[in-house]
Amino acid sequence: MIEIIVFGVVFVVALGSSLAMLFAKNAVHAALFLVATQIALALAFLLEGGQFIAAIQIIVYAGAIMVLFLFVIMLLGVDKKEPLIEPLTGQRPLAIGLGAVLAAEMLWVAWRGIEFAAGGEDAAGRLVDINQDPGNVLAVARVLFSKYLLPFEATSVMLVVAIVGVMVLARRMGMTTPGEVAAGAGEESDLASPGRGATG
Amino acid sequence: MRVAPEYYLSLAGLMFVIGVVGALIRRNAIVIFMFVELMLNAVNLAFVTFARMWGHVDGQVLVFFVLVVAAAEVVVGLAIILLISRNRGSSDVDDVNLLRW
Repeated sequence: MIEIIVFGVVFVVALGSSLAMLFAKNAVHAALFLVATQIALALAFLLEGGQFIAAIQIIVYAGAIMVLFLFVIMLLGVDKKEPLIEPLTGQRPLAIGLGAVLAAEMLWVAWRGIEFAAGGEDAAGRLVDINQDPGNVLAVARVLFSKYLLPFEATSVMLVVAIVGVMVLARRMGMTTPGEVAAGAGEESDLASPGRGATG
Repeated sequence: MRVAPEYYLSLAGLMFVIGVVGALIRRNAIVIFMFVELMLNAVNLAFVTFARMWGHVDGQVLVFFVLVVAAAEVVVGLAIILLISRNRGSSDVDDVNLLRW
């Protein structure tokens, strides 16, 4: 009974705030609605027996990633309005129409096409047992560090590549281009130029 | 009394569709990026649901990987958006037409 009530709340909050993201004019509002969606999803993960994933969802997604989003929104300026004209005529109605078709397809698959994923009648009970006996974190760790060890190590390589790539992208090399001056990088170049003058 | 997995999958599918439509109709590059995150979240919900249907935690481990890839992707993508808006003066995707003929 309690799962039905909580799932109802999750359903309404997740769908409502993702729909509100569509209509939010301000990018900060869209980011906050995305945070609400992610917290609702963390609740859904808890309902489905993924305690570790729920905690990680809140810490990494609603915490770290969304703070990064808000940081960049603030860096680029929050007061920029999105133009309402559409450069491609008919793109918006077409997108909504095709989206409705895709939604119908998704719902059909969710209700009719998932026989392949039926792990038997007692499958859900098995997950409850796993969460009881070794515990969710221990079970995830055992699978992650045995069966998925190679993907795990590849993930660490990917993180290093991402960090180095971002440092290369964000670094300003040499002199500022006219485009950067036009973009209003005044206070940033003030911060950056003394160090550059001292080294060069 | 448990909720049937079909309801969770419906929620995941509908959220994915909202992400697709949003990425198609919005113009701001950062907002488009947020809709991509919404799609990844919907897929995570489907993974966790399938993990429960199968009765093991492999799906939850895959959610872990999706999360790490999403974090790396966000970092690189936001750096690119920052560079574009630094060079072109706006983060509107329609202004980025350098590669058009």
